[in-house]
Amino acid sequence: MIPASFDYLRPSTLDEALTMLAEAGEDAKVLAGGHSLLPLLRLRLAYPAALVDVGRVAELRGVADRGDHVYIGATTTHDEVVHSPIVKEHCPLVALATATVADPAVRHRGTFGGSLAHADPAGDLPSVAVALDMEFVVHSPTGRRTVPASGFFLDYLESALEPGEILAGVRVPKLGPGWGFHYEKFHRTAQAWATVGVAVAVRRSNGTVEEARVGLTNMGPIPVRASGVEEAVRGAEAGESLREAAGRADEGTDPPADLHAQPDYRRHLARVLTHRALLSAAAHPTG
Amino acid sequence: MTRISVNVDGIAYQDDVEPRLLLVHYLRDRLGKTGTPIGCDTTNCGACTVLLDGRSVKSCSVLAVQADQCEITTIEGVSSDGTWHPVQRAFHEEHALQCGYCTPGMIMASIDLLKDDPDPSEEAVRDGLEGNLCRCTGYCNIVRAVRRAAQEMRVTAP
Repeated sequence: MIPASFDYLRPSTLDEALTMLAEAGEDAKVLAGGHSLLPLLRLRLAYPAALVDVGRVAELRGVADRGDHVYIGATTTHDEVVHSPIVKEHCPLVALATATVADPAVRHRGTFGGSLAHADPAGDLPSVAVALDMEFVVHSPTGRRTVPASGFFLDYLESALEPGEILAGVRVPKLGPGWGFHYEKFHRTAQAWATVGVAVAVRRSNGTVEEARVGLTNMGPIPVRASGVEEAVRGAEAGESLREAAGRADEGTDPPADLHAQPDYRRHLARVLTHRALLSAAAHPTG
Repeated sequence: MTRISVNVDGIAYQDDVEPRLLLVHYLRDRLGKTGTPIGCDTTNCGACTVLLDGRSVKSCSVLAVQADQCEITTIEGVSSDGTWHPVQRAFHEEHALQCGYCTPGMIMASIDLLKDDPDPSEEAVRDGLEGNLCRCTGYCNIVRAVRRAAQEMRVTAP
């Protein structure tokens, strides 16, 4: 379908974008790559009065090494993230998960910050954000604030971004040496959203798991950490005990029911996929 | 109305467009470039794939205003002086189409894929074309054609 009419504004700086967004009022939306927003407009599930296209705001794009963390500008495309040497070296889990987002053509347009701000629990990046404790750098006309990933996702398609605010970029803490990573995703067709996904980072030493971080995709209205698994694997041998720990993956989750899966099946998937992800991550420590 | 300047298949255009106009509608309805079909209209099937500044995109998911000051290549712009692009020729020779509806998008996505990987394995072709659906399910010949084109392009590359 053809979207409803809207005004189109194209700022060239972040300050200009914030001013335009403020002047356009509450019915304005920020447009980046448009690969979540345009489908909504075409289905007429959203009809904003104005779009502020931040696609040409240079300061919002790019990846930078900032010492203890990697900064990923909000409008950096998925393709740029996947091919960034900085991301590959310091946060390989981000590269692994981003490489599974949709398909190549979508990754050429869709943006890292856009898909996080969309806050779709079936998207691949939110679970990685909570697993790695990313920080969201949010700008408004009155200043700047930082929101931890644990407080960014509020509900289905709802983030902590207030009207008038723009997500400028995301800080990804570097984990240091000794960590292994894996993103395990189950989906019906190649480019479909995850029925369930599991993002795992594991620190291993002498055959024992010292520490793990586990984020779950599509196991509730927001991405969650599988804290039961994280607790159970601490100090465990990287063998059969991983299966036991993965059995706690669905603890405290509230998986949705839809055409692709019922909640009990998603719970089963979460346990199986977590086991696979733990095995894989524990087998390949880096650094 | 918003004024845009684009270069499509080597020709510069300036047009006033409604911001909500999708790139695929601009190409087809304004410029008459009906070589680019509309398949699903939901970012799934890839039939409308074109190159935007050299990278494959689904033109049903880009606004014409977002393509302002960009270079666009459609299936109508890949041959030169009446000579088919090696990917077009390989699709013809390997009979990599049944109804042909997905073919323009498949060819554009394949051209982009071969830029990144001039010698793709069968698996790499299948992964690289995951965003392009052949509803006739004629994937075997499509994969064969892309690998054949890759081989020919390597032989003829300077």
